[in-house]
Amino acid sequence: MSIFGALFVVGVAGYGLNLINRSSYVTQANVAIEQPVPFSHRHHAGELGIDCRYCHTSVEIGANAGVPPTQTCMNCHRQIWLDSPTLEPVRASYRTDVSIPWVKVHDLPDFVYFNHSIHVAKGVGCETCHGRVDHMNLTWQQNSLQMEWCFDCHRNPERYVRPKSEVFTMGWQPAGDQLEIGRELVKANDVHPKTDCDTCHR
Amino acid sequence: MSPPPTSPPDVTVRQPFIEPGHTFESVTDKIGAIVLDQGVRRGWLIGFTISFALLMLLLFALTNLVAQGIGIWGINVPVAWGFDIVNFVWWIGIGHAGTLISAILLLLRQQWRTSINRFAEAMTLFAVACAGIYPIAHLGRPWLAYWLFPYPNTMGMWPNFRSPLVWDVFAVSTYATVSFMFWFVGLIPDLATLRDRSESRVGRFIYGMLAMGWRGSALHWHRYETAYLLLAGLSTPLVVSVHTIVSFDFAVSVVPGWHATIFPPYFVAGAIYAGFAMVLTLAIPLRRYYGLQDFITLRHLDNMARVMLATGLVVAYGYMMETFVAWYSASNYEAFMVTNRFFGPYNKLYWALIFCNVIAPQVLWFKKLRLHQGWLFLTSIIVSIGMWLERYIIIVVSLHRDFLPSSWGMYAGTRWDWATFVGTMGLFMSLLFLFIRFLPMISIFEMRTMVPDAKVDEDAHAGGAH
Amino acid sequence: MSDPTNPTTPTPALDLEQVRTELASARGRHYWRSLDELANRPGFDALMAREFPRQAPGLLDAVDRRQFMQLMGASLALAGLSACTRQPAETIMPYVKAPEDIIPGRPLYFATAMPIGGIGTGLLVESHMGRPTKIEGNPDHPSSLGATDAFAQASVLGLYDPDRSQVISSAGEIRPWSAFTAALDQALAAQTASGGAGLRILTDNITSPTLAGQIAALLTKYPNSHWHQWDPIARDSARLGARMALGVDADVRYRFVDADVVVALDADFLGSGPAQVRNLRDFSVRRKPGGSMNRLYAVESSPTVTGARADHRMAVKASAVEFFAWALAGQLGVAPQKPKNVPPEYAKWIAALAKDLMAHRGRSIVVPGDHQSPGVHALAHALNIALGNVGKTVICTEPVAAQPVYSMASLKELVAAMAAGQVDVLLMLGTNPVATAPADLDFAARLEKVGFRAHLGLYDDETAQLCHWHIPEAHYLESWGDVRSEEGTISIIQPLIAPLYDGKSVLEVMAAANGRPQSGYDLVRAFWGDKRKAAGDFDRWWRTTLHDGLIPDTALAPKAIGVRSNWIDTIIQNHDGKQDDTEGLELVYRLDSGVLDGRFANNGWLQEAPRPITKLTWDNAALISPATARRLKLQNEDVVELTHRGRKLEVPVWIVPGNADDSITLALGYGRKRAGRVGDGVGVDANLIRTSDAAWIAAGVTLAKTPRTYPLATTQEHHSMEGRHLVREATLAEYTHEPAFARELVEEPAKDMTMYPPHPYEGAAWGMTIDLASCVGCNACVIACNAENNIPVVGKEQVAAGREMQWIRIDRYFEGEETNPTIVHQPVPCMQCENAPCEVVCPVNATVHSSEGLNDMVYNRCVGTKYCSNNCPYKVRRFNFFKYQDWTTESLKLARNPDVTVRSYGVMEKCTYCVQRISQARIVSRREDRDVRDGEVVTACAQACPAGSIVFGDLNDPESRVAKTKADARNYSLLGDLNTRPRTTYLASVRNPNPELES
Repeated sequence: MSIFGALFVVGVAGYGLNLINRSSYVTQANVAIEQPVPFSHRHHAGELGIDCRYCHTSVEIGANAGVPPTQTCMNCHRQIWLDSPTLEPVRASYRTDVSIPWVKVHDLPDFVYFNHSIHVAKGVGCETCHGRVDHMNLTWQQNSLQMEWCFDCHRNPERYVRPKSEVFTMGWQPAGDQLEIGRELVKANDVHPKTDCDTCHR
Repeated sequence: MSPPPTSPPDVTVRQPFIEPGHTFESVTDKIGAIVLDQGVRRGWLIGFTISFALLMLLLFALTNLVAQGIGIWGINVPVAWGFDIVNFVWWIGIGHAGTLISAILLLLRQQWRTSINRFAEAMTLFAVACAGIYPIAHLGRPWLAYWLFPYPNTMGMWPNFRSPLVWDVFAVSTYATVSFMFWFVGLIPDLATLRDRSESRVGRFIYGMLAMGWRGSALHWHRYETAYLLLAGLSTPLVVSVHTIVSFDFAVSVVPGWHATIFPPYFVAGAIYAGFAMVLTLAIPLRRYYGLQDFITLRHLDNMARVMLATGLVVAYGYMMETFVAWYSASNYEAFMVTNRFFGPYNKLYWALIFCNVIAPQVLWFKKLRLHQGWLFLTSIIVSIGMWLERYIIIVVSLHRDFLPSSWGMYAGTRWDWATFVGTMGLFMSLLFLFIRFLPMISIFEMRTMVPDAKVDEDAHAGGAH
Repeated sequence: MSDPTNPTTPTPALDLEQVRTELASARGRHYWRSLDELANRPGFDALMAREFPRQAPGLLDAVDRRQFMQLMGASLALAGLSACTRQPAETIMPYVKAPEDIIPGRPLYFATAMPIGGIGTGLLVESHMGRPTKIEGNPDHPSSLGATDAFAQASVLGLYDPDRSQVISSAGEIRPWSAFTAALDQALAAQTASGGAGLRILTDNITSPTLAGQIAALLTKYPNSHWHQWDPIARDSARLGARMALGVDADVRYRFVDADVVVALDADFLGSGPAQVRNLRDFSVRRKPGGSMNRLYAVESSPTVTGARADHRMAVKASAVEFFAWALAGQLGVAPQKPKNVPPEYAKWIAALAKDLMAHRGRSIVVPGDHQSPGVHALAHALNIALGNVGKTVICTEPVAAQPVYSMASLKELVAAMAAGQVDVLLMLGTNPVATAPADLDFAARLEKVGFRAHLGLYDDETAQLCHWHIPEAHYLESWGDVRSEEGTISIIQPLIAPLYDGKSVLEVMAAANGRPQSGYDLVRAFWGDKRKAAGDFDRWWRTTLHDGLIPDTALAPKAIGVRSNWIDTIIQNHDGKQDDTEGLELVYRLDSGVLDGRFANNGWLQEAPRPITKLTWDNAALISPATARRLKLQNEDVVELTHRGRKLEVPVWIVPGNADDSITLALGYGRKRAGRVGDGVGVDANLIRTSDAAWIAAGVTLAKTPRTYPLATTQEHHSMEGRHLVREATLAEYTHEPAFARELVEEPAKDMTMYPPHPYEGAAWGMTIDLASCVGCNACVIACNAENNIPVVGKEQVAAGREMQWIRIDRYFEGEETNPTIVHQPVPCMQCENAPCEVVCPVNATVHSSEGLNDMVYNRCVGTKYCSNNCPYKVRRFNFFKYQDWTTESLKLARNPDVTVRSYGVMEKCTYCVQRISQARIVSRREDRDVRDGEVVTACAQACPAGSIVFGDLNDPESRVAKTKADARNYSLLGDLNTRPRTTYLASVRNPNPELES
């Protein structure tokens, strides 16, 4: 076996590892997550067109977007789908005052401190990170959430930012070249994402 | 064979580097026999058993290290580097002689290298292997050591190329690779010899694999010589670079006692010093035990002793300069560092170091003593100890009292520090024992060229090499 | 090292008792891991399975855990090639009905007050999703003005202490509350006949109006019953002194803001006592160099932070202070006659001092020490009156205590009554007399004679153990109540969290005793509703009071006082003839700056906070002067046997420069037997030789050296600055002559002398200054930092090994002659260097320079080469040599700051200017498209600092406070000659010595 052969094998192995590390096996991206209640964003956000903020109330003011209290569900489901068996866990929770154990879909490591409010404020659309939730029945994580992915936007925000008015819109398309619009917005909204370590790690 | 001459022979008369009366066959038989015919000898077995036990101790110590955290070592703040880095530098230093002897002496046409280069190189490899353990083991989270390598990671970031530790990674790994290639290539013709002479099928098979189909044709020889010379040229700068870069770990920092421009040359000299000391420590008993006095003659010992003396003097100069610069720099931190070495809590170690590295080797001025194996052996051991102390002084004693008196502290190795240190010696010896048992510890084919009747070819192929 | 348990070997039986003893024996940080080590033992699993069948499977035996760690190592190394390995699925538990104004991830702040010895400090408490995690001072409250002391900061850990008693117990049985009330009613019923002749209540000092009301009610119901108050930190001498000099009860309070000259008579008014925070605040205001700088004279037996700050300090034996004070009074003509043969070294001093005082009549203060004799207090009163300070700098008021008593006398009465068998029912509320009473009272033995003994306390402590009933007390952060601060202001104590172990507050127990069990909330509300009947609109008043954290205009009014005739006689008699009774060794007991009287013994943060002067942790020691040590041939850590009135005690010795000769200082509060796993057996119990008549100063003590030594853990082994200009100090004269004296001492390289391009710093550029003229090294910042940044406790062994973790190290240096050295303190957090040596050498970029000039420390990137620490000239980096953080104890998890990563082993950590606070402020400001306002970000240390020495802010904002302090002529950088360009700089210390004593 020649030296070059050895090099080739090593190279291929390295490349393979590279693929695995970015695969959804590792990142859990694009894996729909089973929930105690089969909540469908497609139905609520998509078909019914309920605004994201109706449930995720603290997205504009807090680090967490906020998972709604059972109460919020009951606001409507006191009137509709009263006896749907799938909603029993919700009613049970409301009756017994025990939380519904929703499974985390976007689970950052504990040493990463992400803040929704600032991203929303600077014109990063929900869709940009979470994908078309209005097309998801069971929700899944759209992106790898790996550090390089964060950097991609933090280093070139113009590729992703949108007008503040469109932050909560699903399927927004830039009227023209995103890069140009992006550059404008970056200037206008004073967007300068930091790439310091302490931006996310403390 | 012939016991060491009681009265030293006159070395001034250029005496050959091989005792007279040897033919091609005798050389091959004599060296090959150690591997092929003698089988497992009692002395070897005892030695190997002890070394292997120590190797197990190493594994135990390292496992416990990972399990409990490096708190089991004596390190603290301010002294965050202790035995780990001391031993690292010490082993790396020892790992210098091999390549130096093989490469530089080869390029300098120093024929006397032939009989010692093989196991000197092996020793280098093993020493580097031991050294390599420490930088990884000393990490708080060793399983993340690979973060020091630049590779396309999902974090979208690179290692810090400004850090000497990253330079180390490259320096040491390159050195290890090249040394190995050099050693292995050097082995090929002898592996072929062993293949041809071995009686057992297993032996034939394994040596055959390793010999990589060597047939000894003129073409092979031609290519071989070229490759060997190239490798020699390649590894020569490494001899200097590795310890230079290792010395940067200290020279680049701000710590008084580390932050000195003299470090690179001073470290390299020290490394060669330690390296030759170790070669002698091994060569003297080996030639005795395997009766190789014909091949590793007193002249070899004499030459190595001279090299030791020379490098020893350079090192001594280094110590002087450190002290001088401390005064000359007019920095009170530097001045304090030196006074602390002289009179501080660790001053005994410092004076011991001075004795081992500066005073003791002066006996090598006397030919009588250079040719007296007992003395030589003793001196080489003393120097090895001295070089370890040197690193201890540089690392621990510089750290334990730096800038703010409020954070001064003391350091002492724990039993786990010692276990790891002794353990790496076990690793070193184990590898060495395996080597001398299964590979020719002296280059057969090169020795052949030393035999008087080879003189003609010698010139020829020397010419051919050009 | 763990012994690998072989499953086949028969496992030796292990029973709960064994486990308990093992855990009890484990102490210090050792305890944090002792559970693991125990779990390591064969048979533990079997035991757990027996005791808690349900949990058995879940338990990892420690051997597995260790193997698991290794596997983790391996697997991370393999799978780890990706930055994030796969995590186990986590769940989100949203509220069912969301409470108002809780936004997940955003803290809320509530005002409350922390009582220590019945005296309250106004606080604001940070609460994360219902968990109090951090204490701050209440800026509106006169007792704190926004700052706090170390005790308040550490009280969060006290709340979550897993060793707090958790169940009502009687004779080792767990009993319900109802059972106790029943038993209590029965016991009291038996007393009705006799009018409560056999009923006694023992509390500590009480200022709570509600509680006072309850006790009064009980006393009226049982006219013959008695209420005793025993408070180990009570200031009996002050009370007695006031009676002696004034003939009335009076509390004294000082206005240091208005004082030009202060004389401390063995008084540590900056470092201890209920007014400590306020005193330091006021004092430091006048510590700014310039025209109005005050001057402090300290006469003390053992160096204190007050003495360390003093402009003139004299070391005299504690018993000689009264003599000194009398001599001073004589000099000033306050006392009818001067004492005979005043030693010359006093004379010079006293003359100058008297002159200085006369020159500042009405603008000076004479402060007597709490542990000093009543005579000293009486003299101080006389002096302050004579100097016309009263009403100006010295305010006398009615006592703040609901019922002023002499604590020791009150305790003695109780003990006598118990001995005489007159006590049938004894309620001990929030006090631990068995541990804190002097030995001669033999409280424990006398207690046995009481028929019904009930104890309310945070811990199942020494007293609880001897009682029929023990009720777990609710922590102040868990309970409703009210309390008066040292100058009288009343605060409502409101709980931040429901009682973790449903403990009861004193109010609730008293209510039960009164036969009307009620919740604390109802009691406090009822009491004040009743009080405020006239005012009307109670709810509004209630809400504002809770919100503000105090009831306005409740401070005590000044009262006129005058000296009694012949007040001086007793003092003269005390000293007549003899110069001062300082023959032979004398032993001085002091409250400890860490554990106080022992009530904080189980608090790891306080145990590990280096004591300001000695820098000792995890122990008390007999402090002696170098001369005495030489005379007695003693060295640090030698164990000596102290004998006083036949009682013996073995103590390790610690030599302290500036301690008075032939005087031994010993801290109280150690050697606890049932403090908890942290505090048990830490140090030696001074109460074992302490007697009630010599409670603070014991003369005629003998000392015998033993062959043994005992290791003490100190965080600083070297006490000289080695002639390096670290703490730079000048006299006021020198300063006025050359304000920039500090900068001239060392030449700093030019800014551009670096290989690397300069950092731009477009946005903010964070910086800090620390004023060494006002810092006294009180440890408030250290503990505040512990709480804010989830800093682990490492324990004595690790501290001794040089591995303490506090991010702020307060360096303490002695300069000058050992008999009376200058003592300086210098807090050293991370300097956030512009040219940071740590940054260049980290191979993995785990510590890097941020665009705002911080040295970010990225724990999750750190691989632990420790090179950064080696290359840090300030040695402010801390390394997790082991897994120091407690990952198993649930209650401690609640104490953590959710905004800061909890570090595991193998990573470096350090101060980053509370970057979590910076990020929060940055996000808010950027959301509102504005810059961060000055003062919007305050680091934990700066916020806690009572002296206001630490100023933090944005250097790029020319209007910021820090920009101004940086412009101060005194501003200098530590080790500036190394060209590290630290962002944290110091304002050089200035002292204001009396020119007449200069020479």
